[in-house]
Amino acid sequence: MKNNIKYLAILALGLVACEPEFDNPIDEAGVYSSGEADFSNFVALGNSLTAGFADNALYITGQENSYPNILSQQFALVGGGEFTQPLMADNVGGFAGQTDRFPPRLVLAFDAEGNPGPSLYTGAAPSTDITTNLGVSFNNMGVPGARVYHLGFPGYGALNPYFGRFASEPNATVIGDAVAQNPTFFSLWIGNNDILGYATSGGVGLDHNVTGNMDPSTYSPQGLDITNSGTFDSTYRQLIAALTANGAKGVVLNLPNVTTLPFFTTVPFAPLSPLDPNFGPQIPTLNATYAGLNAAFAFAGVPERAISFSTSAASPVVIKDESLDDVSADLAVALAGTFGPLAPIVAAQYGQARQATANDLLVLTSSGVIGQVNEARLTELIGFGLTPEQAGQFSVNGVSFPLEDQYVLTPAEQSSVENARQAFNTTIATVANANDLAFYNVSNDLTQAANGGIPFDGGVITSDFVTGGGFSLDGVHPTPRAHALVTNGIINAIEIAYGATLPSVNPGDYGTVTLSNEVN
Amino acid sequence: MKKLLLLVLFALVTLVTYAGGYRVSVQGQRAMAMGHTGVAVVNSAELVFFNPAGLVYLENKLNVSVGASGIFTDVIYQNSDFGSSSETDSSVGTPLNLYGSYKVNDWLALGLGVYTPYGSEVTWPTDWAGSHLVNNIELAAIYIQPVVSIKLSDQFSIGGGPIFVTGSVNFNRNANRTLADIDGNRSNITVDDSGVTNWGWSVSAMFNPTENFRLGFSYRSEIILEAEGGEATFSNFPNSPATPANGTTTFDAELPLPAELTIGLSYQFHKKWLFAFDYNRQFWDVYESLDIQFGNGSTSLNPRNYKNSSVYRFGLQYDATSKISLRAGYYFDESPVQSGFFAPETPRNDSNGFSGGVSFAITPKLAIDASFFYLRFEEVNESYDFYQENGQNVPFRGTYKSSAFAPGLGLTYKL
Repeated sequence: MKNNIKYLAILALGLVACEPEFDNPIDEAGVYSSGEADFSNFVALGNSLTAGFADNALYITGQENSYPNILSQQFALVGGGEFTQPLMADNVGGFAGQTDRFPPRLVLAFDAEGNPGPSLYTGAAPSTDITTNLGVSFNNMGVPGARVYHLGFPGYGALNPYFGRFASEPNATVIGDAVAQNPTFFSLWIGNNDILGYATSGGVGLDHNVTGNMDPSTYSPQGLDITNSGTFDSTYRQLIAALTANGAKGVVLNLPNVTTLPFFTTVPFAPLSPLDPNFGPQIPTLNATYAGLNAAFAFAGVPERAISFSTSAASPVVIKDESLDDVSADLAVALAGTFGPLAPIVAAQYGQARQATANDLLVLTSSGVIGQVNEARLTELIGFGLTPEQAGQFSVNGVSFPLEDQYVLTPAEQSSVENARQAFNTTIATVANANDLAFYNVSNDLTQAANGGIPFDGGVITSDFVTGGGFSLDGVHPTPRAHALVTNGIINAIEIAYGATLPSVNPGDYGTVTLSNEVN
Repeated sequence: MKKLLLLVLFALVTLVTYAGGYRVSVQGQRAMAMGHTGVAVVNSAELVFFNPAGLVYLENKLNVSVGASGIFTDVIYQNSDFGSSSETDSSVGTPLNLYGSYKVNDWLALGLGVYTPYGSEVTWPTDWAGSHLVNNIELAAIYIQPVVSIKLSDQFSIGGGPIFVTGSVNFNRNANRTLADIDGNRSNITVDDSGVTNWGWSVSAMFNPTENFRLGFSYRSEIILEAEGGEATFSNFPNSPATPANGTTTFDAELPLPAELTIGLSYQFHKKWLFAFDYNRQFWDVYESLDIQFGNGSTSLNPRNYKNSSVYRFGLQYDATSKISLRAGYYFDESPVQSGFFAPETPRNDSNGFSGGVSFAITPKLAIDASFFYLRFEEVNESYDFYQENGQNVPFRGTYKSSAFAPGLGLTYKL
């Protein structure tokens, strides 16, 4: 009997020995390493990009696919700790009862003709409560909408509910709550909104590199202005100083060119097709009307602003360019014969009008208004005494009513954005270098995505709207697949800076846009 | 002496393999203990499977063998480029076999067998890195076979009979690498069918040049299981006209159970010692592609391109006492899976099998048979290169390592 037990024991040992084991299991030491870095407490700071905001909303799966969260899963192989995120209540996005300011996400829906397009998801109502404070701080401190100076702004939680959800106290700052977590490693990707808010709104805000205003508390509360470069520089240095005070290492990312975003590259400057049944037949009438205006432009000394529509090719939209001299007064004189007492009104409409060129960037949101009657203008013109019919003729966005400033980023506005970006990026690279931080030039990769694309095992990731795979349906924020690319870029930067060895992630394992026909 | 033998047996047992593809070679406890040799071994009713021609040489009028094994398999996967790793849920397969033969007269014996030569059970963690290829699969085929065994002379006999097969399959995988519903639940498809039947046959012969030396030959035909109108369930697809609707539809698919040719010998080189050798040739080249046609118009084409493969089996039997027989065996099992076609639903590469076992005669008529085998696979870096996205092949690669261990028990009765 004793012997039998012995044999049974040997048999049991044999069973255990049967478990397969790799020569070099990846979960054992020696395969990967953290190098000089310590990932045990990783805190990510930034804006919507860091938070995982996508499809114009913050929702759970977007947060789960945020680059800091993906990164933390790779860090976990080399001593990384738990990575917590302030998860929203659902995958709808937006805040309950606040859909005017915080609408639900966009999904890719197909209309009755089978054409895909972004639509507001209506399968469920937003259920995240805007006032609930989750009571703790999180490893992902990304706050959608945050600008560089917001991170150190006491009481920012009252202005921005995304921070309000997890601010440690009413007067808390993002940077304060981050430092209080004593991170051993941090990431910082901030500054995008300091230029993007101006760009996505077509440059209606102010460029504080022109105004010289260095006091962000006086900047547009809607976030429409460009932050002064000096302000950016000093604020950014303060953030890094706070994060590195206890010796933490980290990675910083620079800012991509806005012209790499489909939000600015999807709507063509010449979208008016003669084949469009709503537009083509009107071309002769429009050209006849514009002939009179063109004569007035000549009279005003700006014949180059002449407007006409081609009957054989798509024509550029008519836009209002605020950088042009306003020639309303001259136009009013020239048009008096045709329009009589209405001449000043018509003249004012075209005082800074011109047709768009390839150098103008039409924002994504313009696609929904071009060719549509501008109701506000219609009402206004009727108020001025035009007949409803006349008023209607002068109220078609981009055709008879110049596309308003908010829909067009003109070359002058693009320069403002680009100059600020270059200055911000200089600060970021300089500060990274001075503090021996890992630096990821994400701008380079986005330029690559916009110019030929970035190959992966299932194709090529480009900046093309919807089909490119890199951008979510708002045209600004990345898809999970692009977050995977950013993760790989960061990993590469960390390996270079700190001698770490980390596995990358496969972008092909991460999705792009979400399909749903649960839309109204 | 006995102790020593047991130790030797355990030592031997440290080496065993099972079979390439979804062939599960566990068709008899006595044979299994000897490396699954048996085409030229006249020992028990297990001959119904191994070589029906030999049944007529069994000494007793009635022979019955029943047995079952529990196969514990583990497969581990990792990809060091991406830091991903997975392990299959240790599944337990239970191949079983029931054999009986009856000697009608000196030159004729009849037999009946029920056995399970094909099957597969692999369960990966749901949504693992290779979930676009397989989440889990369960495949089973039960063979029911009447046989006839005819002695043409003391040196030569023939045998064979028809085979009736009934099979079942349950297979789940994700639609692709990324598709999910609004909540991020991965879109997946399950195909399920059972009671899929078809017919095949086997023929065999045995030649005994001397009293101690036998040669055997056996051939079992290929059988194609054709699932028609099985149930396919589409789950977690987004609510979109661009993707298949959720719910059930039908599917048609074909799965081949390949033909197998065996030749072998046995040699009684001492009154207590028997040596056996079998060579199997498995005609896997019939398995070109796993193509599934769904009732909703979707199709799934999965090239397999298996090649014919061989297994070399060696067995040894020692009759220690009148009551106890000890057995040991070794086999080398070549995988039918070609490089670049290594799909994680049957993650098998070449393997070495080590087996052992013992029979204990409780009475002169009834014996208990115990066997076990251990299958050792080398670690392998492989890929499946024929999964497509947007018309482009997207290889799924990584390092795999498997093992299988199977203890089994059986009874042999003779009258």
